[in-house]
Formats: sequence, structure tokens, C-alpha cells
Amino acid sequence: MRGATHAKWAACAVAVALTATACGGGSDSGGGGGGGAGGIVSSSWGDPQNPLEPANTNEVQGGKVLDMLFRGLKRYDPKTGEAVNMLAEKIDTTDSQNFTITLKDGWKFSNDEPVTAQSFVDAWNYGADVRNKQNNSPFFSDIVGYEDVHPATGEPKAKTMSGLVVKDPKTFTVALKHKFSTWPETLGYQAFSPLPKAFFTDHAGWLDKPVGNGPYTVDSYTKGTGMKLRKWDGYTGADKALNGGVDLKVYTDSNTAYTDLISGNLDLVDDIPAQQLKNVKNDLGDRYINQPALIIQTLTFPLYDPQWGKEGMEKVRRGISMAINRDEITQQIFRETRTPGKDWTSPALGAKGGFNATLCGDACKYDPAAAKKLIQEGGGLPGGKVTLTSNVDTGSHREWMDAVCNSINNAIGEGPVCTVNPIGTFADFRNQQSAYKLTGPFRSGWQADYPLIQNFLQPLYYTGASSNYGKFSNPDFDKLVDEANQESDAPKAIAKFQDAEKILAEQMPSIPLWYQNGSAGHSERISDVALNQFSVPVYNQITVS
Amino acid sequence: MPDPERPEGPAMYDPVGPRPREAVSPTGQGGPMDLAVEGGESLERPPGPDTGPREKARSLWSDAWHQLRRNPVFVISSLMILFLVVIAIWPQLIASGDPLYCQLSKSQQGPEPGHPFGYDTQGCDVYTRTVYGARASITVGVCATLGAALLGSALGGLAGFFGSWGDAVLSRVADVFFGIPVVLGGLVFLSVVTSTTVWPVVGFIVLLGWPQIARIARGSVITAKQNDYVQAARALGAGNGRMLLRHVAPNAVAPVIVVATIALGTYIALEATLSFLGVGLRPPTVSWGIDISNAAPQIRNAPHMLLWPAGALSLTVLAFIMLGDAVRDALDPKLR
Amino acid sequence: MGRYVIRRLLQMIPVFIGSTFLIFFMVYALGDPVAALFGDKAPDPATAARIRKDLYLDQPLWKQYLHYMGQIFQGDFGTAFNGQSVTDLMASAFPVTLRLTIVAIFFEIVIGITLGVITGLRRGKSIDTSVLVLTLVVISVPTFVTGYLLQYVFGVKWGWVRPTVSPDAPFNELILPGIVLALVSLAYVTRLSRTSIAENAKADYVRTATAKGLPRHRVVTRHLLRNSLIPVVTFIGTDIGALMGGAIVTERIFNIHGVGYQLYQGILRNNSPTVVGFVTILVIVFLLANLLVDLLYAVLDPRIRYA
Repeated sequence: MRGATHAKWAACAVAVALTATACGGGSDSGGGGGGGAGGIVSSSWGDPQNPLEPANTNEVQGGKVLDMLFRGLKRYDPKTGEAVNMLAEKIDTTDSQNFTITLKDGWKFSNDEPVTAQSFVDAWNYGADVRNKQNNSPFFSDIVGYEDVHPATGEPKAKTMSGLVVKDPKTFTVALKHKFSTWPETLGYQAFSPLPKAFFTDHAGWLDKPVGNGPYTVDSYTKGTGMKLRKWDGYTGADKALNGGVDLKVYTDSNTAYTDLISGNLDLVDDIPAQQLKNVKNDLGDRYINQPALIIQTLTFPLYDPQWGKEGMEKVRRGISMAINRDEITQQIFRETRTPGKDWTSPALGAKGGFNATLCGDACKYDPAAAKKLIQEGGGLPGGKVTLTSNVDTGSHREWMDAVCNSINNAIGEGPVCTVNPIGTFADFRNQQSAYKLTGPFRSGWQADYPLIQNFLQPLYYTGASSNYGKFSNPDFDKLVDEANQESDAPKAIAKFQDAEKILAEQMPSIPLWYQNGSAGHSERISDVALNQFSVPVYNQITVS
Repeated sequence: MPDPERPEGPAMYDPVGPRPREAVSPTGQGGPMDLAVEGGESLERPPGPDTGPREKARSLWSDAWHQLRRNPVFVISSLMILFLVVIAIWPQLIASGDPLYCQLSKSQQGPEPGHPFGYDTQGCDVYTRTVYGARASITVGVCATLGAALLGSALGGLAGFFGSWGDAVLSRVADVFFGIPVVLGGLVFLSVVTSTTVWPVVGFIVLLGWPQIARIARGSVITAKQNDYVQAARALGAGNGRMLLRHVAPNAVAPVIVVATIALGTYIALEATLSFLGVGLRPPTVSWGIDISNAAPQIRNAPHMLLWPAGALSLTVLAFIMLGDAVRDALDPKLR
Repeated sequence: MGRYVIRRLLQMIPVFIGSTFLIFFMVYALGDPVAALFGDKAPDPATAARIRKDLYLDQPLWKQYLHYMGQIFQGDFGTAFNGQSVTDLMASAFPVTLRLTIVAIFFEIVIGITLGVITGLRRGKSIDTSVLVLTLVVISVPTFVTGYLLQYVFGVKWGWVRPTVSPDAPFNELILPGIVLALVSLAYVTRLSRTSIAENAKADYVRTATAKGLPRHRVVTRHLLRNSLIPVVTFIGTDIGALMGGAIVTERIFNIHGVGYQLYQGILRNNSPTVVGFVTILVIVFLLANLLVDLLYAVLDPRIRYA
């Protein structure tokens, strides 16, 4: 066995040397059996940050597993991002505030328990209850009775939200606190997944081996090392797994996962390390995927600081935006895994969903002369200096900050006026940010929870919104967002949101830097690999040859 | 603890004079077994007349200095260090560009006229940055090494020499310091500092670096004080201070020098680790450490980015290793 | 001797208390970890407050520490943020790292001392110069680069070894990572033994031994080496802890889920149970390693005695 492997690798090495293409598939990778429908896909993974509860998972690594294990009322089409009914037969409303949800027949959890209205209501109440310390509990905050289970201070008064009522095993109603026309579209988010009874009766056991209603079941889970998921033959949904299962292997460094991919020990890497991007086309050819995701990176200004927030400074903010050569930075630093920012949403929304590549206009185009002029007209940089802040413990944050500063310095031409302020840990950065201590522009990344333009604007720029770290406040913007939320006609609502977004283009409370793509690479053994809008691979569609 | 009441050694020689000169003449090489020990780096030692103790009153240390000046290894390494220091102070002497001027369009490009070492990821000129990086890197490396070596050998030497509870306390404190992870220490101590100078970084490296040198020094002193002439000196009533400085220290210093010269290189690299964490040297400071750590992940794409700053670091370490060797040789009468 | 060892072991108690408090304080000084648990989104205040309360983060530092120590004496080292108990993390990480460290130390001893003896006996010859050049390369090229290149050449290009280490991390898969980890220390060990050997090569006892007509290899191994080892042994003793706790880069390159990685994650996430637990064990390892080194002094140099 070992000898055979040696010989094969030697042959591969020769092939590499001769043709400069990597040696991937056909190896004994993944520990899986043969090909075809029974083949096992091995894929890179990172340790989830929180225990794998649906309402407690807000990052990609945990999200990967939940996407295989759970199906909710709706599911975002991996291609179009449209929210299509999954478990929901229909979601009816007359007033955009009270909804009646009817479930489809025949859905079961993999332990044979049927999925009922109660499975949803119990799960949502659990997720909202402050005692369960679920990260995603604010997703339930629109439901009537949320304050009873999730008071701002003190003990909760109730265990259930009064806005959720089970009518019969197939039907339940939801009462919202206010009109929210696109609320059904948010139900594809994983926090809204149903949970089996076992989750509540044997919680620790469930966490060791989660049970859901998705196309896969957990075969084994070794925390910190990996998880083996297998196709669930009893799955009744239309999106059955086209492979025999997925082995997730924990890597502490994406570069290592990449090395395993090109040496044939791994089938799928869903995060190409920055330093390999220059070689990835050589190494993988058309087995490299680089597609837009629902992520935008911006530089947010501390408008709570009068230096930046006072009247007239919008010219300086626009000037800084125009001093950043986005094309060059996305090309040289990110190797086109970022797309220059042209509005405050994401191309993954599509034009229909509200993305508009002309919205920022000239303010997002590199024009050093105009930039210099605007900054001068606005009264110059505060104190003649600008300092960019970001955490540097992940990503290539240090590199792009340096590049942005160099771009600004070269455009203004007054020496090193732009400097970077790297912060060692994300926690420290987040604490400084939420204490409003930062006195210069800082990085804000935003990954949308669902493909809605509302999610890119309201939480970030609405007055007093939870993630409005720059304290931007504009009554016209707030008014347009309110109107858009009440608008039941989708295209009209989106037009209103875009009107609101135009105010951002004038005021520039944050500079759109670039849209972040999902990038992935895979071996020759597997095909039909795609990423969804959340840059999570669509595992059930992968086929093994 | 080492036993202080060991029998006194035979007082065969004047124990308070310079260290015992054994019958090792400079022409003693080619002795049995050919354990030939030359001046190092295959440079011939000046042959000929006795360079031994002619002027009687010369102390050990001035003796060593006399010895040093004639050692070509010492001369060459001193010249190299002098060159590095001059570059560190006046980088513009050999580099006319601006290390902070970067054109992203030239990212990772190879050499071209006027830019002999090519460009780094940000499109800055590698040659200019390597020259300008000397100042911060050499300051950090030399000051941190000196600090850690002085503090470490003083504390370690005293602990090893006197033993008993002082040794216990110091060694246990060192153990706790060893336990502090660099990442944690750096984030805690350096993130509160806003200074853009190199001194916080130097101080932090000294703080983390002294325990290792202290342990090496302690071990050497424990062995050195067992030597007969030390015991003899003690028997004749030499004071502790005199014994430590005259008899023990010169015999114990070699391992400290070796560790310190190599540590010089690792400290320069450690500065880069701190920068990577966002707590090291801050821009606009340019350093080899930062450039090396930026170049490392790009090794497959642009090896030239690594070559030059790493080469400069090698040269610096080489100069100090040679200097250390020469100093050590000068302090060791057996090698004369 | 026995009393000496017991006294040294008793010294562990104050060191244990001192280092746990110091590290606890340092992680505390890093700041509030809760905000970072929520990703890009702003933390929900009520949820965050409850997490803080459950982790005792709303208490003053001394109460937090007492609570933590109380838990430790019940054998509970707390939990990491992903819900895994720190005892579990330690049980999975320390054996792997211990194996990696053993491999690294083995190479340090075998290669380092061999090269040191050779270069010490042949000072100034070409072998000495070559080893010096290698030393310089090892010092100035980051571990990331050497690790990555060796992994690429042996693991990917030639396929002699698996490029990454499997979760069980058996010894044979740890050879390459062990060499990478040992490289910088190798430079120290080589040069330390070279200097000691060169220094002692002219000592009386070596001349005596040679004059007695002993074979050369016997003179070198029995007399010269034994008397030259004390600085080397001291260095390796100090290195054990550094190798165990500081192998972050090597562990990442070869995907080893060891102490360095867990410690690093714990620090970046400000998780005091993880960091304090791991560092405490590391400090105990230091104490034991240094005790062993001190005892070895007496073995190598019989003139040194412990009472």
C-alpha cells in the first residue's frame, strides 16, 4: 500500500515537473470508498467557534455543517440567492405583520421524528431565550413577546414568545411587532432551523452528535479534529446528496489545507490562502472557483468624532475614497478575489436584488488629482493625518491597509500622512470599536445573513442600529428605510432602499473598499463544486468520479 | 546546592594573579592527536615570539584586549560592524531612494535599473528598504542582546556562584518568565504602548530573553567555580567579588557569548513576530524583521523579497559571531 | 540528594500559584473576550451580559481568580468558548506536542552535538566554515519558509512523507516537523558544543588521556565530550519548554493540533481557562526539565554535589 502510494506520488512528481500541473485526483484521498454516488468527499474545515447549535452559529465553519444537517422553511437558491420554499408549503399574510406558516408533509428528522410546527416554535423560543445565550437571538427580536424571553436586563418573564402559536401539527402563526414585508425572505437563515426533541431532552448528547433534517447525518464527530457526515438515505427533500458523504478535516492553516489538496490528500479547500493565489491557476486550472459572496469590506469613519463628523467633512471623506486605487489593490494584493467596491451592497445580490454598480459613481473611482482637491476643499485631513485601524490576527488585513495607505500617500503627495494602526486581536479591536474609542477610519466587514439589500443597509447605517459603529445618523436615510420595509411590492421596496443608499454616496459615512469573493479549489476526483452566497460549498451537489 | 566546604585545592600557583597559565605555548599546536585549534576561520595566528605575559602588571582583561587587537578575525568583524553601524546611522550614504515610497503596480517585480534588488509586495524598493532597515534592526538586535546578556549573566552568575535561597528564588522567577508565551506577553505589554520608538520592543525582548541567558550563565558558573584555582583562591581568602570577576567569570563567559551572538539574530527575527501581531515596531519604522516576515509567505512567488533582508541579517549575525569568537579566544589563555 | 529533589519539588507550589495568577492577570488585561464571539455583528447586550456573568467576567479580578483556582482544585480547568473542556483540549494536545518535542530534542542532541564536536575539533577548517554558513541560514530564514519548503519538497514534490500529520500524530509522521522545529535550536546546540569542545580540547586531562595512549574516539567521547556538555545540557533544558509552547508555526504548517496552536487560539480569543491551564502545565514542565538539568550537572561533573 505504502509502496504503491510512493510510486504513484513519484509519477505525479514527474508529471508536475513536466507539465507544471498539479497532481490531485485519483489518489487514495479522503479515506472514502470508490467513486460514483457512494464516493466520499474530503473537505477542509475549521473548528467552529461556538457549540453547533443553529441559533448560536454565525460563522462559516459551523455554518457548513448546519447547511448539510438542516433544512428550514426556506432555502436560498445557491445560484440565484432567491429564497425558495423548502419545508414551507406556504407563508400567508395580509398585512405584512401577521404570518401563517403551513408545512409540507413527509419531512422527518434523521431519528425518524416528524418535523412539525412545534419543532419550529420550540427551536425559535430556545434561540430567543436569553438564558440559552444564543448569538443569533436578535433574529427573533421582530416577534411579539421577544422582550419576555429576552429582556435587556434581569430574568426573563416567560419561556415562550406570545407571537408564536401552534395551530396544528402542520401550521403555526407568527405575529411581528411591526410591518416587515420581506420577513419571509429572512427565513432561509440557519437560526430559523427546526430542532428535534432530542435537542432539548439530551442536549449534551445532541451536541456530541447533532441530529437534523438535512440530506446528511453525522457519522462521527471528534471536536477539534473532524467530522464524518454520511448521506441520509431517508431524506425526503428534492436536494438529495449526490455523493456518499463528506469528511470534514480540521486545518489550523488554510495554506496547509492547500498543500494537502495539491498533494492529493484532500478533495476540497474552500479558502485559498492569499499567498497561493498567484499560483492557483497554475496549480488547479479550472478547478479553482472564485465567485462573489455576500460580503463587503468598508472603511468606516468615526462620525461621533467631530473631527470627522462635522459639516463639510464629507468632501474629505469622498476625497479619501477617491485616493484609493481599488483596481490595483484588488489585482496586486488580492489577485482578483476581491472586486472593487461600487456601492454598499454586494454583486451577489444581483441587479434584481438591489446591487447597482453605478451607485457610488465617481466617488469610488481612483482619481488622485480630484481626491487632493476635494480634501483641500473640505479643510484637509484632521490634523494633517489619517490612521487606519483594523485587527490583524486574521486575513490579509495588514497588507491591504498598507496598500491603501500607500495609495492615499501617493495621491496626496505630502509624505506619509496615512499610517496604519494594527490591533492584535479581534476582541480588542471590537472592544475599541464598540466603545467608540477609535479616532480614524476603521475596517468594517459585513457578511449578510440573507440575500436582501435591507441587511446591507439597516443594521449598519440606520440611526442607533446595532452595528452602526460610526454613529452615522441621517433622518432622510432612516425615513426611506422605514418606507421600504413597509412596501409590500419587492421592486418598489428595493428602489426605496437604493434611494437611501444614494444618501450614503453623498455623505460617505463609510468607504466601500471591495466585495469579498468566495474562493475554493478542488481535486480532479470531484466535480460540480459550487459555493453559495455565503461562500459555503454546496456539498450535496458535489459528485465523485 | 553546590557544596561550599569542599576541600581546598592545592595552592600551587599564585591564586590572586592572572589566571593560571598552563604550559601551552602558542607553538603548542600539532600536539598529540592533532586537536589543532587555530585562530578560527583558517586565518593564521601571527607566529613567532612569545606573546605571553611580558609586562607583568597587565590584568587579565587588558591582556585580552592586547590579544584581541592582533586577531584578524576581530579586525574583520569589527570592520563589518563599523560598516553596519555607519549604514544604520546614515542610510542615505548608499541609498538615495525613499523606503516608504511604494508603487503597487510594481508589486513583486524583479530587479530593474536603479532598483537592483527588485520590489516587494507593496511595490517598495527592496534595496532601499534593506539599507534603511538596518537602523531599527541593529538597534533592536544589539540593544536587546546586550540587555538580556548583561541582566541574564549578572543574575545567573550570582545565582550560580552563591547558590542557596537566592538561586532558588531567581531560578523559579526565571521559570515563570519562561512560561509566559511570547504572543501573550507581547499583546499585553506592548499593546498599551503608543511609542513609535524601538525601545518598548527592546525592553520586552530583554524581559523575555534574560532567563535563558541566566540559566546558561548559572550553569557555567557552577562548573567554573569547581576549578582548582577557584577553590585555591577561596582558601587563600580572596573576596567573593574578586573571585567572581577574576577567576570565575572569564571561564564561564564562553557559553554566554555563544548564546548571545545567536540570540542576536533570533531577536531581530522576534521583532518581526511582534510586528506580525500588530504590537512590534510601527510604521514608518522600516526593519529587516518586518520585511522578512512579509516575504516569508511569498517565498513561492517572489523569493528575491526574502533574499536581501535575510542576507543582511545573516551578515550582521556573522559579524557578531566572529566578534564573539575572537573575544572568547582572547579570554581563554589555553588557546594562546 | 533526595532532600534536594524534594525541596525543588516543593518549590513548585509557589511557582504554580505565582504563574497562574500572573497569566490570569495577563489574559484579563487583554480585555473583554465576549464582544468577539459575535463575529461582524454587534453583540446583543443581554446575551453578552449573561455570558459574562456565567464566565464570572463581571466580578473583580481577585474573585475571578479565586473562583478559577477553586475550580482547579476540583479538577475542573474550565471550558473553551467552543464548549470543549480545557482538560479535554490538554489531553489531546499535550501528548502530540510531547512527541513532537521528543523528536526535535532527539535531532538537536544527535545532529547538534555531532556537528559541534566535529567543528570544535576542526576549527577553521572548511567543515567548520560550512556549518557556520548553515547556522547563519537557519537563523535568518524564518521557520515558516524552511518548514514550507521542506514540506513542499519532501511531501508534495517527492512524496516521501505525508505533507501533513494525521490527528493521531505517530512518531514517524513527526520526523519532518521535528527537524523543522529543531532547526534554530540546532544552531545553538552546535555552536555551544563547538565552543566547549574547542575550549576543553587543550585541557590537561585531554592531554593526559591522549598521552596515556587512549584511542582518539575514547578520549573524545569519555573525556572531552562529557566535560563539555554542561552548557549544552543547560540550553536543551531551557529549550524543552520553548519547543512545547512555541511551536505555533511548525504546528500550523504540518496541521498538528498541539499545545502551540491551542495556546495561540486561547490567547487570540482571550480565553483565560485555556491559556492559564496550558501555561501552568508548561511551567511545571520547565520546573521538571530544569531540575533534571541540575541533577545532570552532578552526573557530568562529579565535583558538583547537591545537599
